[in-house]
Amino acid sequence: MRTSILAAADLDELIQSLKAAGYQVIGPVRDDAAVVYDDINSATDLPRGWVDEQEKGHYRLLPAGDDRYFGYTVAANAWKRFLNPPRKRLWRVVRQDGKLQFIPESDSAPPLAFIGVRSCELHAIHIQDRVLIDGAHCDEGYRQRRRHLFTVAVNCTRAAATCFCTSMHTGPRVELQSDLVLTELLDEHGHRFLLETGTDAGHRITASLPLMPATDDDTALAESRINIAREQMLAGPRQFDSSGIHNLLFSNMESPAWDAVAERCLSCANCTLACPTCFCFAVEDTTDLTGDHAERWQRWDSCFNGAFSHVHGGSVRNSTRARYRQWMTHKLAGWVDQFGQSGCVGCGRCISWCPAGIDITEQLQAIAEGDAS
Amino acid sequence: MNPPAIFTVLDRREEIPHTVTLRIQPAQGGTVTPFAPGQFNMLYGFGSGEVPISFSGATAEQGYYSHTLRAVGKSTEALARLQPGDQLGVRGPFGRGWPMDQLAGRHVLIIAGGLGLAPLQPLIEAIVAKPADYLGAQLFYGGRRPEELLYLARMAAWRDALNVELTVDMASRDWSGHVGVVTGPLASAKFPASNTVAVVCGPEIMMRFAVRTLQQRGLDDASIYLSMERNMHCALGHCGRCQWGPNFVCKDGPVFRYSDIAPWFHVREL
Ligand SMILES: Cc1cc2nc3c(=O)[nH]c(=O)nc-3n(C[C@H](O)[C@H](O)[C@H](O)COP(=O)(O)OP(=O)(O)OC[C@H]3O[C@@H](n4cnc5c(N)ncnc54)[C@H](O)[C@@H]3O)c2cc1C
Ligand code: SF4
Ligand code: SF4
Repeated sequence: MRTSILAAADLDELIQSLKAAGYQVIGPVRDDAAVVYDDINSATDLPRGWVDEQEKGHYRLLPAGDDRYFGYTVAANAWKRFLNPPRKRLWRVVRQDGKLQFIPESDSAPPLAFIGVRSCELHAIHIQDRVLIDGAHCDEGYRQRRRHLFTVAVNCTRAAATCFCTSMHTGPRVELQSDLVLTELLDEHGHRFLLETGTDAGHRITASLPLMPATDDDTALAESRINIAREQMLAGPRQFDSSGIHNLLFSNMESPAWDAVAERCLSCANCTLACPTCFCFAVEDTTDLTGDHAERWQRWDSCFNGAFSHVHGGSVRNSTRARYRQWMTHKLAGWVDQFGQSGCVGCGRCISWCPAGIDITEQLQAIAEGDAS
Repeated sequence: MNPPAIFTVLDRREEIPHTVTLRIQPAQGGTVTPFAPGQFNMLYGFGSGEVPISFSGATAEQGYYSHTLRAVGKSTEALARLQPGDQLGVRGPFGRGWPMDQLAGRHVLIIAGGLGLAPLQPLIEAIVAKPADYLGAQLFYGGRRPEELLYLARMAAWRDALNVELTVDMASRDWSGHVGVVTGPLASAKFPASNTVAVVCGPEIMMRFAVRTLQQRGLDDASIYLSMERNMHCALGHCGRCQWGPNFVCKDGPVFRYSDIAPWFHVREL
């Protein structure tokens, strides 16, 4: 790993270097009311000078009072939409004289570069890899996009109130491999990034950048800034010991806490769409008006929808209680059995984007309080 | 998800009302991928969806697959309408089937409700082909009415290798079998409980009663196997729809050993 300094004024050179190398660059931009990940062309697209205020059922952007590019925490949408699109055609089929001909979809998108990936989000991407690549069957389109993905991660120097990566051991410092890792530094010595280069691809992209050597003071400052985010979470209400969650949930499938949360949950599916690890989908088969051309589409679906568990005669999970329980127990317990790790990275999105203000960490606490064993 | 392989309907047999058995072979000819009893295919009728359907023929069949399916909705209705020569899409085989290696040398109780006999037929045919490999075998098969029981004609050939007990909820006047629930004759059947394996397939409620009866008759939980049914859109472990507690029914099942899933089997709306 090589560590150097990139002046904030030169951040755009990194973006241009990625574009010159053929990447489609995606990063944070300021939508009307939130930071979202989208295509970016230059550093001026970044939400410079804005921070997010997040709480249960609450998200607001506020002026930061400084010029930081990455003062916000996680964007409203997760990166998953670029690796595993919300809607994609799987294949087409033509019927002629009763004979079928299938036409597979060709996937020829340019390689992607993500700028501003947080530690919890890198974990989320790795978790989706376990589901979509590492099993007996592999999602080839996902694997292709994933293989060519370039990541510019960013260490968090501030935590939103909803963040709990320290509880899930997924941050705030970037530990998983990333091509580049930035830590944004802003003090009397100026506005700059500590830049860690972790891969050959990272070296190639940064080779042409005007980098300066990093001093021990820079490195120490970066660590202290990351520690601010860590301390904020450790002192907050969403710090907890996550080691016993699997058994806690699976031994409390009939907890009254499920009834209580079902009184509030609207089964709207916002939490599953916002969550960076939720992967469930539906396929839809359609025909055109002639009746001789059909297509199969894959689109994100949610365990909160009735059709999700439909079998002949009705939904298996009819009640909101059963659907919320499915979501939470799968995320925090079933996932461990299936993929060897929790499906929650503590990003807090499901908390902020729940219109009912339901908080997965509070729900966990409610179940622990009612724990019979 | 890759496109399915193209198969052609070889023939189509009406079994009972709304239920047909299709024999299908690869459109290009040639061999088919071997399957294990209890596994399933995803069958695609043009433009009308793709659904999990168990293999219902003998594993010894060469060059084609047999599937028995009931028309209950959009996809299965389209599949049930297919005629000889028509084409369909096939992905599979998927899933873990019946524990054939556990059955050898033991007494086998086969308990089926309604269409649940279809996924058990490959297992039954394996026993019928080599009855000496088993200590004994009994089939307990229940349905609503006599005219809704599957494979009655074929059963004559099974009776040499296994004892067949039929039960219906509503009997007609000329019915000579049992009336009531399928667990009735099971409760009084004779078998060596310590050396018996039970395989169960049918509606969940029927499987619950069967498990309870088997436990009362002295079978241990590790000797009971059952096949679960959940919504499936991919059978690859990706769509997430068939999750059931810590399991994916499509890849960890559909056949489960009861001792492995006992805590989940009794959770409602799981
Ligand atoms: C492992 C397995 C093996 C099966 N084997 C057979 C078989 O051998 N013969 C047979 O007739 N049926 C079998 N089924 C049930 C069959 O898949 C359903 O009857 C079929 O999916 C209904 O689809 P539909 O579109 O006709 O009905 P609709 O009610 O219109 O269904 C709409 C959608 O719901 C889902 N769905 C509905 N019912 C079921 C169900 N029972 N199980 C899973 N998904 C469902 C499907 O995604 C379907 O596309 C099996 C199911 C599973 C899981
Ligand atoms: S469950 Fe909530 S906090 Fe955990 S990863 Fe998903 S959205 Fe983030
Ligand atoms: S928990 Fe909240 S976001 Fe999730 S489905 Fe219920 S109301 Fe919607």
